[in-house]
Amino acid sequence: MSISLSNISKSYKKVKAVQDISFDVNPGELFGLIGPDGAGKTTIFRILTTLLIADEGRATIAGFDVVKDYKAIRNSVGYMPGRFSLYQDLTVEENLTFFATIFGTTIEENYDLIEDIYVQIEPFKNRRAGKLSGGMKQKLALSCALIHKPKVLFLDEPTTGVDPVSRKEFWEMLKRLQKKGITILVSTPYMDEAALCDRIALIQGGEILEIDTPDAIVSEFPKTIYNVGADNMYKLIQSLQQYEHVYSVFPFGEFVHYTDKRDSFEMADLQSYLEKEGLADISIETAKPNIEDAFMELAR
Amino acid sequence: MKEENVIEVNQLTKTFGDFTAVNAISFEVKKGEIFGFLGANGAGKTTAMKMLIGISKPSSGTAKVAGFDVYSQTESIKRNIGYMSQKFALYDDLTVKENITFFGGIYGLSRKKIKEKREELVSELGLENISNKLVGSLPLGWKQKLSFSVSLLHEPKIVFLDEPTGGVDPITRRQFWEMIYKAANQGTTIFVTTHYMDEAEYCDKVSIMVEGKIEALDTPKKLKEQFRVDSMNDVFLKLARIPSPTLPKGNGENIDRN
Amino acid sequence: MKRFIGFIKKEFYHIFRDRRSLFILFGMPIAQILLFGFAITNEINNVDIAILDHSKDASTEEIINKISASKYFTIKQMIANEAEIEPAFKKGKIKAVLNFEKDFSKNIIKERKATIQIITDATDPNTANSITNYVNSILQNYQQSENKSIQIDYQIIPQTRMVYNTELKSVFMFVPGVMTIILMLVSAMMTSISITREKELGTMEILLVSPLKPFQVIIGKVVPYIFLSVINAIVIVVLSIFIFKMPVQGSLLLLGLESVLFIITSLALGILISTIAETQQAAMMISLMGLMLPVILLSGFIFPISSMPVPLQIISNIIPAKWFIIIIKGIMLKGVGMAFIWKETLILIGMTLFFIGLSVKKYKIRLE
Repeated sequence: MSISLSNISKSYKKVKAVQDISFDVNPGELFGLIGPDGAGKTTIFRILTTLLIADEGRATIAGFDVVKDYKAIRNSVGYMPGRFSLYQDLTVEENLTFFATIFGTTIEENYDLIEDIYVQIEPFKNRRAGKLSGGMKQKLALSCALIHKPKVLFLDEPTTGVDPVSRKEFWEMLKRLQKKGITILVSTPYMDEAALCDRIALIQGGEILEIDTPDAIVSEFPKTIYNVGADNMYKLIQSLQQYEHVYSVFPFGEFVHYTDKRDSFEMADLQSYLEKEGLADISIETAKPNIEDAFMELAR
Repeated sequence: MKEENVIEVNQLTKTFGDFTAVNAISFEVKKGEIFGFLGANGAGKTTAMKMLIGISKPSSGTAKVAGFDVYSQTESIKRNIGYMSQKFALYDDLTVKENITFFGGIYGLSRKKIKEKREELVSELGLENISNKLVGSLPLGWKQKLSFSVSLLHEPKIVFLDEPTGGVDPITRRQFWEMIYKAANQGTTIFVTTHYMDEAEYCDKVSIMVEGKIEALDTPKKLKEQFRVDSMNDVFLKLARIPSPTLPKGNGENIDRN
Repeated sequence: MKRFIGFIKKEFYHIFRDRRSLFILFGMPIAQILLFGFAITNEINNVDIAILDHSKDASTEEIINKISASKYFTIKQMIANEAEIEPAFKKGKIKAVLNFEKDFSKNIIKERKATIQIITDATDPNTANSITNYVNSILQNYQQSENKSIQIDYQIIPQTRMVYNTELKSVFMFVPGVMTIILMLVSAMMTSISITREKELGTMEILLVSPLKPFQVIIGKVVPYIFLSVINAIVIVVLSIFIFKMPVQGSLLLLGLESVLFIITSLALGILISTIAETQQAAMMISLMGLMLPVILLSGFIFPISSMPVPLQIISNIIPAKWFIIIIKGIMLKGVGMAFIWKETLILIGMTLFFIGLSVKKYKIRLE
């Protein structure tokens, strides 16, 4: 099933949440909405899951209109909202049974789909959801969203606030679900997760910056990035920002990603400039751009 | 310059009943250092930090923060540290100026000093036009930058940051880290707890907690060399693999309770 | 149908796992009924009084004996002169002083009249009033018994008879009121809180994006509370019958049916509140301020509607509780049947339909 948005806009009172959003998700695709908090990701999810009506534009899921045919959509999509929306006072099993029942099915009927996720939390099926760790809540929420074998899965920031191990496992699960033919739209504020999607939309301030495959977005990066390191990070950033040929300076972990205004960058010139500024242990080398570099360049 | 230890922790332990949340951890943090305190949900980070900022009494072990003992001198500790967390930072229903004045006030700054600091801070962050706006109306990234500056108002020796930049856009996040570098450069020690591994890359030194114990303690560079991986994320994954923290310890309860 | 039952089952899990609200749910009616029954009362019992007897003759002695024999008064102190009256009151124990004039018996015989001064502590006007009334009736009683032997020209003897609550037990008046409050609160507050909780948790989003129809969600939320409210109503009636010996004159079945009607009215109000309130806290505030206060103040539960200013009397008409109190007072105390309360019942039904209609109209199938 495919998802299609064309020229969607939505405001809350005076605040524009999303503006003129258009993109298509192909059947069976794992599509990522990548952007920080407040970018409008949740609004897009709510419009697609028929919870909000857009001010302008049109959206369809498998050809069904999200406003007119909301009942048909509600029957066939799985939705995991931003917060793990589980009943804290029900046990793991009761939560799952409840969601199965309201979708008119049973755990047994669709067990094959959730099996490899659910087995991980099954040992704790009699524990109340409120007492689970973040990673386990996330798995339970996913199981609940999958229990009625949806054709499309909407996951709004499923990995926020979850530790790296759980995040990694979660993405592995998504890949497996994708292989079973489920179309997945997922949002995340973590740029490093973008690479795990088939295609991504970078979004900020309610507007889409770019839509493409992660590789294409990175390869379109217009500048050469230099990894610059030195003994004093703060001084290094200060000095680079004052360098006459500077285009951008962004700290990236133990290095700084530097791009130059000129077409022909002279490494030796920068080296001697930094030395003059009193920095030591200077290292300069070219680096491959990543999604975060691309995002920052597009958001400039 | 970076000689003096401002945090010294030795065999610090905290137990709740028969459950050991923090198991004999030891480390030192030097003046002006950015120390990353990492771990999965429920690894014991929050519990350990609560002991260091003087709001939870250790079960055993010793620790000195800014030269003060965590058992007997908690009031002195509180006066010498700043604290910022993602959950609670500033009052949304007060304006930027009112927030600064309020927090300056609770740390006992003189009225003159508060006024001075307020003007300095507002101009440094470029908030002149919105200094009379409610903090609730500011974008998340600005709030967090402001909140960090406020935690530095009383010129503390150490600032504790509890997952400070979750969900912030990449550019603002970098501006935030530039502020951290600046503070560290001026001699303030930064203690960051986080489970965002990309944040770990920015630290001078990191410790990784797994199930209440510190399993790794070094510079990010050396840790990456030691585990032969490219990122702190991979270091973390290797460390936490055995045993997987998602398959919860013992009873599966979320023990990072607040 | 299976979906629906699954939903109700979940609601019961919520209710029975939240011990605190379960306690409020069942503790509150019991506590309230006992409080209103025992503590808050207009009756007087064993009130401490003092006597200042200037005559000390046969008549005063007999009157004093009668007074002290009644269960209403306890004679705490005999006072010698007027100067001691003030201090006796100031000590705070004495609620009234009876001051017999000099030569009481003699005056009765000679002048055919004698005076007793009743001085009461009016810091509590209700009690002061009741004390005066009770003393008067004891005196009247004494007079009548004396007059049998003496022939006088004529005499008007007022014969007061209180009907339906012959012993003037205030608990009889409070039971209908308390029952109304409890049913209103349990039904309206609990449902509105349980719906807004799902909004806060974010589970409402999932429920909306599911094949479950909105009316199924609403009814699923309401059914458990109908059940609980009926239990509450039964508890209250049983308590008042067995502890306060309150007679239920009319048909229990009719009482039950009318209660169910009122429960549904309250539930409809609760749903209406939940369509306005976004948080549990807001739902609670609206329920307390918007429902409980009017019920206490304007329903005729404590303050008689007929003695309110006209604008308030008019406002009281739109409060469902007013009509329910009239209905259950009629059934419990007067023993009337449908023939006498059909009008009130119709008004309640009308209100219920109105609230249901309004909340169905306001209920959002989406988030805004």
